Amino acid sequence: MAGAVALTGGLVASLSACAGWGGGGGDGGANSINVLMVNNPQMIDLQKLTAANFTKQTGITVNFTVLPENDVRDKISQEFSSQAGQYDIASVSNFEVPIYAKAKWLSPLDPFLAKDKAFDQADILKPMQVSLSSDGKVYGEPFYGESSFLMYRKDILKEKGITMPEKPTWPQVAAIAAKVDGARPGMAGICLRGQPGWGQVIAPLTTLVNTFGGTWFEKDWTPGVNAPPFKEATQFYVDLVRKHGEKGAPQAGFTECLNNLTQGNVAMWYDATSAAGSLEAPGSPVKGKLGYVAAPVVKTKSSGWLYAWSWGIQAASTKQENAWKFISWASGKDYENLVGNQLGWSRVPAGKRASTYEIPQYLKAAAAFAGPTKAAIEAADPENPGVQPRPAIGIQFIDIPEFPDLGTQVSQDVSSAIAGQTTVDDALNKGQRIAEDVAERYQSRENQ
Amino acid sequence: MSTSTPVTPETSGDPVPDSVGAPKPIQGSQISHRKAPRSQGLLGLLAWVIGILFVLPVAWMVLTSLHSETDAATNPPSLFAPLSLEGYKAFFAAGPWPALLNSLTASVISTLLVLLLAFPAAYALSIRPVKKWSDVLFFFLSTKMLPIVAGILPLYLFAQKVGLLDNIWWLMLLYTSMNLPIAIWMLRSFLAEVPIEMLEAAQIDGASLPRTLRDVIAPVVMPGIAAAALICFIFSWNELLLARVLTGTVAGTAPVFLTGFVTSQGLFLAKVCAASLVVSLPVLAAGFAAQDKLVQGLSMGAVK
Repeated sequence: MAGAVALTGGLVASLSACAGWGGGGGDGGANSINVLMVNNPQMIDLQKLTAANFTKQTGITVNFTVLPENDVRDKISQEFSSQAGQYDIASVSNFEVPIYAKAKWLSPLDPFLAKDKAFDQADILKPMQVSLSSDGKVYGEPFYGESSFLMYRKDILKEKGITMPEKPTWPQVAAIAAKVDGARPGMAGICLRGQPGWGQVIAPLTTLVNTFGGTWFEKDWTPGVNAPPFKEATQFYVDLVRKHGEKGAPQAGFTECLNNLTQGNVAMWYDATSAAGSLEAPGSPVKGKLGYVAAPVVKTKSSGWLYAWSWGIQAASTKQENAWKFISWASGKDYENLVGNQLGWSRVPAGKRASTYEIPQYLKAAAAFAGPTKAAIEAADPENPGVQPRPAIGIQFIDIPEFPDLGTQVSQDVSSAIAGQTTVDDALNKGQRIAEDVAERYQSRENQ
Repeated sequence: MSTSTPVTPETSGDPVPDSVGAPKPIQGSQISHRKAPRSQGLLGLLAWVIGILFVLPVAWMVLTSLHSETDAATNPPSLFAPLSLEGYKAFFAAGPWPALLNSLTASVISTLLVLLLAFPAAYALSIRPVKKWSDVLFFFLSTKMLPIVAGILPLYLFAQKVGLLDNIWWLMLLYTSMNLPIAIWMLRSFLAEVPIEMLEAAQIDGASLPRTLRDVIAPVVMPGIAAAALICFIFSWNELLLARVLTGTVAGTAPVFLTGFVTSQGLFLAKVCAASLVVSLPVLAAGFAAQDKLVQGLSMGAVK
C-alpha cells in the first residue's frame, strides 16, 4: 500500500512538471490572453497565424479554446453570465452582442477605438457596425461577416436555356427549380436547409417570411407565427423543398447542402455567402461553374440575412488592453493581407471591411462572388428587415434571449412538415402558442 | 465489528461439491454437443455476424479516417476512394499533446486514488463488514443516481469561487469521486469471493491488517482490481461533460479537444475519425494489456 502511495506521489510530481496543470481562471501568465472561439475554418487559420505574427510583434501569448458552434455558445453564455473572467475575449455573433451588452457582460470598445486610429472603424461595413452596437456604443468588432444569396450552376441553366435574373423573386426561383430538377441523374432543383435548429432551417425560412410580409412578432410583441404571410412563406418553402429539393431534406443543414452542391447533386442553393469560398476553392469540382445572385425577394427590396462572427471583451477581463491589441490585429486591415499572402486569397475572412473589396489580389481570387457578397451585406437592414416595424433587431432572428428556444421548437415542426409528417398549419399554430408564451415571458421580465 | 457477515465459507467459493453432485447436466450437455453439430455451426455463424456488426462502425471509422475530406463526405460512402493521411496530419498539426497528457494524468491518477480508497472500503463492506454495511453500500450507489448535469452548475460556481476553474486537479478530484462508488461495488463483490480461511490463516501467522490486504487479499483479487481499474480509467478518459464545462485553455482533455474538429462550416468527417481513432488508442492499449486479468475479473463471482 505504501508503495502505491509513493507511486501516486511520484506520478503526480513527474506529470505535473510536463502537463498543463492549470492555474485559476483567466490566469495563464501576465502577458497572455485567453480566447474562446468557434472552430470555423477562418478561426483555425487565425490560430495558426497568431504565434508567428501577433505574438512575435507584441510579445503577448494567446491561449485558444476552440469548440463547435453549439458548444461554444453554451460555454460563452456560462462564462459571461457568471463573469468568471477565465477568458478575455470570445467569438460572439451579432445575435449575442446586443443581449450581452445590455446585460453588461461585454466591455464597450469605444475607448480603445478612440486611441487606435489605425484600426479605422469607419471602414467596417455599416450593417456590421449597427448589428454589433447597443445604445450607441460599439461592443463587438467583426472578424468575418456574411449575408445570404442564391448560388446556381451556370452550365445547367444554360443547357436548359434559362437566364437567372440578377434580383430574382421566389416564384421565379421555384419555376427555375422545377425546370432544372433532374437535369442530371439524381440532381435536385434546389437545396434548402430542413434540419431542425434556430440556426439551421429557421435562418433561411425567416428571410422568406420577412420578404413575404410576415414577422415573428409585431412591434407590440403580438406574435405572427400563424398569420397569413408567415403561413404563405412557410408553405412555399416546404412545397419547394418537397417538390424540387434535395434528398434527405429534413436532415440537411449548411454542411449537407454544401456537399450537395459540391458533388453536383443540386443545381441551386440558397444559403450563406461564406459558402462561396469553399465552392470556389482550388480543387472544388464546381469551381468556375457557379453564378451568384441576390437573395430572392417578394415584397421587400432585399431579403438576405446578416451574420457576423465578431470579437467581444468580457467585462470581467483584467487584461483588456492586451485583448484589444489582439482584436485590432485580427480584425485589422493588415490581417487580410497576411492571410492572402500566407494562406491564399480565397481564405481571407471577408465581409466586414469596405477596403477588402479594393484589394486587387482578393478581387481576382474571389471574382465570382466578391461583388455579390458585398452587395448582399450592404443591402441587409437588421433594424427593418420586413414590411412592418419590429420590436427587436435582427433579420434571420429576433434578438432576444428566448429566440433560440422558440426558433428551435418551431423548427422541429417545420422540419416534420418538410418530412411530410405534419402540416404547415399545424406546425405554425403550435408555434403561435409557443410565441405567445415567449412574448408574455419576455415582456414581464422587461417590465420588472 | 458486526457479527452478521454477508460472506460465509459455504457461499464463498468451493465449486467442487456442486459439480460432483450434478452429473446429469454434464451428461445432458455432452449429448446436446453430439446431437446438434448443425445448431452449433449456426450459433458460430451468428456469433461471427454479431461480432462483425460490432466491429463494423470501428472499421468504417478507420476507413473514413484514411480518406480525404471530400471522399469521406460522399453519400453513399466511397469505399474504394484513394487513401489519404490528411485527417491524421490535421489532427497532429492541431497540437493534441497537451490535451492527451491532461487526459492521461487525470485518468491515471484518479484511477490510482480510486483504488487506494476503494480497496479498504470494499474490505470494510465485505470481509469485515461495518455496522449497517448494506446502508453504506446503498448510499454509495445513491450518489450515482443524480445525473452529473444536475450538479454541474454548483460545481462550476464552486470552482469559480475557489479558483479551480481550468485546473486539472479539480477534474481529477471529480473523476475520483465519480468512479469511487463503482469501484467499491465492484471490489466488494470480488472480495466476497476470498475464502475466509485464508484470512484466518494469515491472522494465525500474525499478519497485520495492511499486510493481509497487501500480501494475501490483493493477489487473490488482482483480476478484480484490474477490471475495476480499467473501468475507472475508461470512464475518466472518455468523460466529456465535466471537462467541457470546467476546463479552458490549460486543462482541456482529449475528448474536449476531439470535439473541436466538428464544425458547422466545411467538411470534418475524416479529421474527426482520425482524431477519434488516435484518442481511442490508449483505452484500447489498456484493454489489451489487461485482457487476461479482465476476463478473469469479469467472470469472478459469476460462478459460485
